[in-house]
Amino acid sequence: MTITDDAGRGPDAALGAEPIGSGAPGRTASSPRARRHRLTPGRVAGQVVLYGVLALLALVYIYPFLVQVATSFKSEQEAALDPVSLLPQTFTVAAYERLFLHSDFPLWFANSAIVTICVTLGRVFFVSLAGYALARLRFRGRAVVFAMVVAVMAVPTVVLLIPKFLVLKQIGIYDSYAGMILPLLVDAAGVFIMKNFFESIPVAVEEQARIDGAGTFRVFWSIVLPMARPALITIVILSFQGSWNELSHFIIATQSPGLTTLTKGVASLASGQLSQGTQYPLKLAAAAIMTIPVAVLFFVFQRRIVNTSEGAVKG
Amino acid sequence: MPATVAPAPPHGGLRVRRRGGVRRGEGLAGWVFVLPVIVILGVFLFVPVLMALWVSFSDWTGRGSPFSGGVRFVGLDNYASLTTGGGLATRDFGTALRNNAWYVVLVVPLQTALSLLLAVLVSRRMLRARGFFRTAFYFPSVTSSVAITVLWVFLFSYAGPVNQIIAWLGATGPNWFQDPRGILNLALGGGPGPAWLADSGFLGISWWDWLSGPSVAMLALILMAVFTTSGTFMLLFIAALQNVGEDLTEAGMVDGANGWQRFWRITLPQLRPTLFTVITLGLIGCWQVFDQIYTGTQGGPAKTTVTPAYLSYTAAFQNQEWGQGAAIAFILFLIIIVFTILQRWVLRDRPVSRRRMRPYLPKGVRS
Repeated sequence: MTITDDAGRGPDAALGAEPIGSGAPGRTASSPRARRHRLTPGRVAGQVVLYGVLALLALVYIYPFLVQVATSFKSEQEAALDPVSLLPQTFTVAAYERLFLHSDFPLWFANSAIVTICVTLGRVFFVSLAGYALARLRFRGRAVVFAMVVAVMAVPTVVLLIPKFLVLKQIGIYDSYAGMILPLLVDAAGVFIMKNFFESIPVAVEEQARIDGAGTFRVFWSIVLPMARPALITIVILSFQGSWNELSHFIIATQSPGLTTLTKGVASLASGQLSQGTQYPLKLAAAAIMTIPVAVLFFVFQRRIVNTSEGAVKG
Repeated sequence: MPATVAPAPPHGGLRVRRRGGVRRGEGLAGWVFVLPVIVILGVFLFVPVLMALWVSFSDWTGRGSPFSGGVRFVGLDNYASLTTGGGLATRDFGTALRNNAWYVVLVVPLQTALSLLLAVLVSRRMLRARGFFRTAFYFPSVTSSVAITVLWVFLFSYAGPVNQIIAWLGATGPNWFQDPRGILNLALGGGPGPAWLADSGFLGISWWDWLSGPSVAMLALILMAVFTTSGTFMLLFIAALQNVGEDLTEAGMVDGANGWQRFWRITLPQLRPTLFTVITLGLIGCWQVFDQIYTGTQGGPAKTTVTPAYLSYTAAFQNQEWGQGAAIAFILFLIIIVFTILQRWVLRDRPVSRRRMRPYLPKGVRS
């Protein structure tokens, strides 16, 4: 899984080193011709249109988030009178104050954090174990297990709401952390990603370690896992984002207010069960804060996510 | 390793076989490694699906265990009351199917086209600030559906930013999330339908209602889905575009094809596998709309944003009609499978017809 050097190509392209039909690099004659070619009025107009369209689209994609943050710092009155502006006339943190001091928001945040951390750690471990076994170890029934994993990927999660509730009740872990975490611990798509990754790396190092007498788990833990860092990062991103943003599972797995997660809590805020009036600053502040952890994760791994050649995330 | 080269091993044959080779103990290790995954998928996926299948054939009301003695097997009754009963359950199910069908019809083509357009734009070789644009377009995809729905309800509120901007352009925006009128109906003037369409129907919904389009409220949710998913699919298209051969494109240039022709005739056919993935994922995702409805509209106004997934949830958890809720979930499952297969069949690789091949065949073969 190499990170393609997209940025590396950028400067060359910007310098105009790739004109259409340019000959060998040493041929100086092609260079002025290419420059003249680039500066025709039609070309300039094309570039202007391209950047115009891109800038407009970027504005459409970014503006909602800017206005969200801006509104969260407005008073409720101002949010209603002037919803468009990006600069609050009277800057206030009243919405945040209410969220953190006079509501269950901190509890929701803590619950989301607990569940997300447990699910992410568990998934990374279990999914890579299974992916390794399916890619490398020879055991009876391997094909059947893999077929099962693929079949499970096809079952839509929404269809499982009622079934999951039934089974949580039946085994007595409804309305508990166990019921929130255990069903999310394994992700068939993750097993699939890890299996593909392990199949793509050479087997020689492992064989050497085995000949030297290391056990299967030892080989997996100290030799294979460190090599699998890129794939593991993909799993971490997917698990973190998936469990932090999960809503439907928590709706059917819990009922007590003490186990409410951010998604469930903010959804109840949004549908007005806990408040009167529109309260847009409060709701938008809550939504903004719950976006921060995934946004941080996104910006940390941004280069990997948006520049990969094989679309590792969601692949 | 001088020890292992010792002449004759003093152990019996069995011992040697077990110790010999680097693959010793693999069978056991393999099962131990996959065990957690099998147990969790089995307990929280496979078993529950079977339990729910039983519930969909029973009259369980949510009290006690669905396997206790008082729960009766009622055959296909739950399925029948949804599809042929003609009562409220049928009408609700028909409404949910109609709402979601329009959602699919609009979201899948729009998100596919937009994500392809974005990918083509940000994959241009001479583009500056490429990273910025990619980040901007992808960012909505990482946010949670709950957060984005909260934001959307604000953006599309009656006095919200969207309607303000519409007002600057000299028009009046609708009261988005309170407006149950179908958009096709509105476009045609908004009157009641002709008798031949209004008097007969399917699943308790008149043909006029089926055809009147998604409600204005649903349209806002459709725009939201396009906004949040286009970034993800853009990444898939970007990855595919990087693998498109430059040679063919350059050959097209030499042959005098303009940019438009090169895109449709050379680039797009090479993107076919990705196109297939994007449409499949889009279809599967679009039939599962739940979070947005639960957070944003709770099915309103006038049930025009109820989807089968949401209806399944309310039927079971709010109305205690567990059999019906489970039956809806299984019908939904079936719909998703059928659509995936259908789509695979429509986009299958077909042999090129003789008529289209003709210009490329050598002279002798023509006629």
